[in-house]
Amino acid sequence: MSPSPELHVVESTDPLAVPRRVALVRPDTRPAVRRSDERYVMTFPHLIVREVILFQVVVIALSLAAFVFDAPLEGIANPIETPNPAKAPWYFLGLQELLHYFPPIVAGVLLPGLVVLSLAVIPYARINLTAGPLWSPGGRRLALALAAVTAALFILFGAFGCWPIAVPTLLTAGAMFAARGGAEGGRLRRALARVTLPEWIMTWFVVIATLLTVIGTFFRGPGWTLVWPWSGPI
Amino acid sequence: MSAARISMADWLRGSAVYRSIVRHGTADTNRNRSLVIFENLFLHVHPVKVREKTLRFSHTYWLGGVTLVSCLVLIATGILLMFYYHPSVPQAYRDMKELNYVVDNGLFLRNLHRWAAHLMVFAAFLHMLRVFYHRAYRPPRQFNWVVGIVLLIVTLFLSYTGYLLPWDQLAFWGVSVGTNMAKEAPLVGEKIRFLLLGGNVVSENALLRFYVLHCVVLPVALLLFLSVHIWRIRKDGGVQGPPTDADDPRQEEAE
Repeated sequence: MSPSPELHVVESTDPLAVPRRVALVRPDTRPAVRRSDERYVMTFPHLIVREVILFQVVVIALSLAAFVFDAPLEGIANPIETPNPAKAPWYFLGLQELLHYFPPIVAGVLLPGLVVLSLAVIPYARINLTAGPLWSPGGRRLALALAAVTAALFILFGAFGCWPIAVPTLLTAGAMFAARGGAEGGRLRRALARVTLPEWIMTWFVVIATLLTVIGTFFRGPGWTLVWPWSGPI
Repeated sequence: MSAARISMADWLRGSAVYRSIVRHGTADTNRNRSLVIFENLFLHVHPVKVREKTLRFSHTYWLGGVTLVSCLVLIATGILLMFYYHPSVPQAYRDMKELNYVVDNGLFLRNLHRWAAHLMVFAAFLHMLRVFYHRAYRPPRQFNWVVGIVLLIVTLFLSYTGYLLPWDQLAFWGVSVGTNMAKEAPLVGEKIRFLLLGGNVVSENALLRFYVLHCVVLPVALLLFLSVHIWRIRKDGGVQGPPTDADDPRQEEAE
């Protein structure tokens, strides 16, 4: 960034003069500042009509789903008859899958707590505002650091036998290395080369969260053993 | 016939009663189109004009909108379901049977509530990812991102508390598994679980507490944070789509 211009404050003695406003635009400030020449349309009808259509599409889609698929209802709750497996709702099955690998305090408290905290601080971490493409020419130190972090994570999660995390970690790191020097490569590698570090981390998280949820939902049977989704009721 | 109907509509629009409710005439001029927005309590969260670009599908994929619509469907169906539901054991389960087999369209109502709940959780998650990959959390929208995370958590808790209410095996054991996880939090875990369940196991007390959380506490919290969320979108200059070169801070640094 170029050094900030020096500011001179000049006090006017004329009480009737209209004060001139000075706006300092920092590079990380609202993008709208630079967009004075954009095309605008009237909110009514252009936006309102789209909102109404969106409302109708969602309501119709949900109604069709409600006509075709019935909400599950099993027998009345019975505290002495534990179903095997007893499963939480799908959005918590990633967590329940974690319980299979880690002690409850790690799977139930530490990891979800870390996830929520990391999500909440995203806009306040400078790297998320300024990060550019991951690799710059050279990048030997980054390559070494990345390899070290990957190895550490792989060993850590591998030691717990948690392959749904360890394997995507390796794959993500592989993709990150494939992005190195990808600016001169084919289309896929050029696209990879543009991905920033925060985007790599989020993608890593999303892949793992999805994988854990899918395994927990479809591939876990009695005693939380691995089963095929078609081998029995889930 | 049609001409007569149009003049009927015109007569209605011109009537003193109608004009006392809707103060502007037909929205055929830009002035009246502006009045449609800012003379309406519910629409005036919108600006009178919007950037044309923000209307494109790829700008937001309408994911926040899908989340909001499923939320509205949930409120409507939820209120109707409350007419038929008693949060007590075993009446809660009997009410489910009544809904499924006795109440007109009861099963449809329950289905709609169920699938809208799943859609809301899923759409909220996708909305979060969209905002992240478009880097729409950047200033001045930092705090609205945090509000969004709070909304996601409230949504999850809403869905989770609702999961117990049918009082079937699925509900009972799903909630047992989840609340056993809460127990593991150091120091306060056991106490939080006791507070949540009104006891040490999922019981009638837990059903009542989850019912009150699901129908009063969490919806109020959701509406509060939702109002802040939507109001701040407006205050921060509207929805933010994918980053362009013009608003990329890195461009500035390159200059």
